[in-house]
Amino acid sequence: MSEAYQPARILNQGSTQEKAEGARLSNFVGAIALSDLISTTLGPKGMDKILQSPSNLLDSTITNDGATILSSIQISNPAAKILIEISKVQDDEIGDGTTSVVVLAGELLKEAEKLIHKRIHPQTIIKGFRLAKNIALKKLKEIAQDHSENEEDLKKYLKKIAMTIFSTKILTPYKSIFADLAVESILRLKGSTNLESIQILKKTGGLLKESYIEEGFVLDKKLGVGQPKRIENAKILVANTSMDYDKIKIFGSRVVVNSSSKLAEIEEEEKKKMLRKCQKIVDHGINVFINRQLIYNLPEQFFTDHGVVSIEHADFAGIERLSLVTGGEIVSTFDHPELVTLGTAKVIEEIMIGEDKLIRFSGCKEPSACTIILRGSSKQILDEAERSLHDGLAVLSQMVKNPKTVLGAGCTEIIMAQAIEEAAKETSGKIQIAMEAFARALTRIPIIIANNAGYDAEQLVSELKTSHYKGNTTFGVDVMNGKVCDVQELGIIESFLVKKGMLLKASEATEMILRVDHIMYSAPRQRGMN
Amino acid sequence: MLRFDSSGKPFIIIRDQDQKERLTGSEARKANILAAMTVANLMKTSIGPLGMDKILVDQDGEVTATNDGATILKNMQVENPIAKLLVELSQGQDDEIGDGTTSVVVLAGALLEESLSLLEKGIHPSKISEGYEKACDIAVKHLLTICDKIEFDKENYESLVLSAKTSLGSKIVNQYTDKIAKISVEAVLAVADLERKDVRFDLIKLEGKTGGTLGDTELIDGIIIPKNFSHPQMPKQIKNAKIAILTCPFEPPKPKTGHKLDIDSVKKYKELLEIEQNYFKEMTDLVKKSGATLVLCQWGFDDEANHLLLQKKLPAVRWVSGTDIELIAIATGARIVPRFSELTEKKLGKAGMVIEKSIGTTDEKMIVIEKCSNTKTVTILVKGGNKMVVEEGKRSIHDALCVTRNLIKDNRIVYGGGAAEISCSVALNKASKEITGIEQYSIRAFSQALLSVPIALASNSGLNSLEAVSEIQLQQLEDKKPFLGIDCLSKGTSNMKEQNVFDTLRGKIQEFLLATQMAKMILKIDDIIRPTGQY
Repeated sequence: MSEAYQPARILNQGSTQEKAEGARLSNFVGAIALSDLISTTLGPKGMDKILQSPSNLLDSTITNDGATILSSIQISNPAAKILIEISKVQDDEIGDGTTSVVVLAGELLKEAEKLIHKRIHPQTIIKGFRLAKNIALKKLKEIAQDHSENEEDLKKYLKKIAMTIFSTKILTPYKSIFADLAVESILRLKGSTNLESIQILKKTGGLLKESYIEEGFVLDKKLGVGQPKRIENAKILVANTSMDYDKIKIFGSRVVVNSSSKLAEIEEEEKKKMLRKCQKIVDHGINVFINRQLIYNLPEQFFTDHGVVSIEHADFAGIERLSLVTGGEIVSTFDHPELVTLGTAKVIEEIMIGEDKLIRFSGCKEPSACTIILRGSSKQILDEAERSLHDGLAVLSQMVKNPKTVLGAGCTEIIMAQAIEEAAKETSGKIQIAMEAFARALTRIPIIIANNAGYDAEQLVSELKTSHYKGNTTFGVDVMNGKVCDVQELGIIESFLVKKGMLLKASEATEMILRVDHIMYSAPRQRGMN
Repeated sequence: MLRFDSSGKPFIIIRDQDQKERLTGSEARKANILAAMTVANLMKTSIGPLGMDKILVDQDGEVTATNDGATILKNMQVENPIAKLLVELSQGQDDEIGDGTTSVVVLAGALLEESLSLLEKGIHPSKISEGYEKACDIAVKHLLTICDKIEFDKENYESLVLSAKTSLGSKIVNQYTDKIAKISVEAVLAVADLERKDVRFDLIKLEGKTGGTLGDTELIDGIIIPKNFSHPQMPKQIKNAKIAILTCPFEPPKPKTGHKLDIDSVKKYKELLEIEQNYFKEMTDLVKKSGATLVLCQWGFDDEANHLLLQKKLPAVRWVSGTDIELIAIATGARIVPRFSELTEKKLGKAGMVIEKSIGTTDEKMIVIEKCSNTKTVTILVKGGNKMVVEEGKRSIHDALCVTRNLIKDNRIVYGGGAAEISCSVALNKASKEITGIEQYSIRAFSQALLSVPIALASNSGLNSLEAVSEIQLQQLEDKKPFLGIDCLSKGTSNMKEQNVFDTLRGKIQEFLLATQMAKMILKIDDIIRPTGQY
């Protein structure tokens, strides 16, 4: 009899579940732990993390970039996974603000946890958060400044935004140099968001500040042996074809011979076939031939003899970029030279960066192309610099499309928080408490930034709040000097899109986590079964 | 289990007695009912606009957060056979109706819970089943008397939007219900044949994309395929495209019979080379000759073929998935061609515009096929801040689409917020008094079980559930208004007509029928045999 009344186990063996308070607790703990982990990287004085890869202990990454950190930590907590996911999406969509989105979500959940302890139903909290989010968004739209009219102005603002972004990264000491680099390369794109035509090349050696922008395109490859090192008025054929041995692609074919002389004949024929192909290529009237695949010695020799410079094994991304910048199409068959569009470049030459030889294409058809060459003393520094630069470029490219800016340094957060607090006063019911909580969570962001910089954060931020209350709505925290001052003058400006993405994504994720009252874990897949 | 035959030799009826666990009779029934109740209780908190979600972590650690009953149960990995039956039940409701997947499980659980006390009274399970059957009949008949009709046509679809909103109200998308309900209804109407009352669901494509928020979800007139053109220099925009759909690769054919082709002389080598070259030329020529301006291929291309296509100014897309190919074929009127030689102009599909679009900063491209000639096809592009939200958005929209389709098939509705259940419960109570015998008990039990959904609804909404439900019961009895329900969102009225909360009649009837069936089935089981411990 007793057996029938035992609580029924309905799940698979090994599966576990957490219910109601337990589930909520586990969600909060996971999400908050994650956001605490990453919050120390926030702001200009935020710290970096070392990520060690589990497979290779020598391979480590040092970074400050939220998305990079989060995507490399192994986490099993489902709520934390949701936060990682929003950070990734923020990275894909806008490129920056990947840390702040997670920190804001974590702060929102912290506030929500307190409210749940006060016995407020999660759905009520969600309702309040939504209302607060809408108010904040409205305010954000109101205070955003549009710079689409004046191009000079835009350029100035782009630089400021780039400086703000870089000031939280490893590039801080040279942020002005890099901001110039980023702005220049973005403006070359003329409104397109295709970051592919900006190439970032990393070369160890030298100092970060020796990084520079190179007109045109730089390919990290060498020219063929015995070929000229400088070609003017190049006509380029960009190809994707096999130049090692050209197999006949008829299924099931193979060579069967009964004597070595026949083998030699076929070999000879094979060679001829390759040479015919080379001849056809040369017939295009080109002087530069670039192939994605390997070029063996025989064809290379042929090209050298015919005065054509050949470059082999340009990888796929390289070849696509090349075709983009030189305007030539990627060719795989060579029977109709008249139909093929050739690429052009004024000068192709071999240059030296540090110890390495590289090929530079300048005066290309597509003027938007450029290459940023990063110099730095170690691989880790270069990698981190590239990530930071990429963040900056991504944001700037979106900015050109939507040139709206808001003030940084915690100023915007305070404005939004105060707008919510204002509105909360007129909302009755428990929702009001939730709205106030949302405002508090927003205020936490400048507090964390100031904290990371080693100042008395609560003091600073309360001073900031007071000055906003007095009407100085352009004030923010100056983390360099540890005081409250006018952000407009400091020139700390951020993209509207980054802030908007942060606000929306963090609240969406919070809502999602708050709605959960039950977590079911399946038994982990058995490893090593097959 | 051992028995002895006439000569006293033992023989085994059920092998390996000690490795099997066995429950019989009332114990088995109770164990089953308990398992069913456990599942039902689990689902209860998801009911209603203020219901909660569940997080499911699958065996690879992937996270799904959802409110959809069918999805929760499907991914739960239950082991208990009775719980598995309930999973099936929810699945059945999902396949048939698409909505009400949670309520059906809760109702089945409640029916079984009520039967527990009947069993203790000593009523035989098959008597209970019969009573439930009868009660279900009465309830369905009652539903038919209290249902309302809603009117709509292609232009005036406000009423459809309202019912889609009821379905979306309980999901995470409820912040944007207005917009998403409208999108769902418009999508259904775009492909619906109102005369025949038929909706071709395969013409609505749900595509998810992270980025933006759920509010950025949009309805696209056409088809989206998450692919890009095979050669970066192909035009990104084709007007009045003539589309050839191929299911053969752009490569020399690979005969299925094994064979070897031996090359033993230079001549043969040259011949073979020529054949190879011709294959490629022939293939592209055939496509060009048919007049196609866009090639969609289910398979890959060889580099050479790819370049030849470019030279012939034939934009192409490779590795298009099978379902996408079918959808495009339907939409553009194209025939799916398995061989190059069979390609003719008649077999090409037509579309007004084909564009490649890129989204966000990462290099993700999508091809949009718009203004398809044949049938209307629409894509709902679901956006969201993270992939879990997008997935849940897709599921929610699917539910809303189902509700709208059901209404087009049958425009009768009943009122939500538990109104229909309470009304049926009241009617059953009344009917039970006119029936003599043991059935009376079962009918009363059924009536009690029906209240489980409104009770769950009320308690999820933070109301004093029993009080709220009994109050509505009383009001319904006094005013004879079957549209009074639980006021979940504290809007100040329990009149569901005013709140515009309604469910489809079809869905509700199906829910009652399926739940009853399931309860009957579980009650009939009196023996569980399962292996214990090790497998």
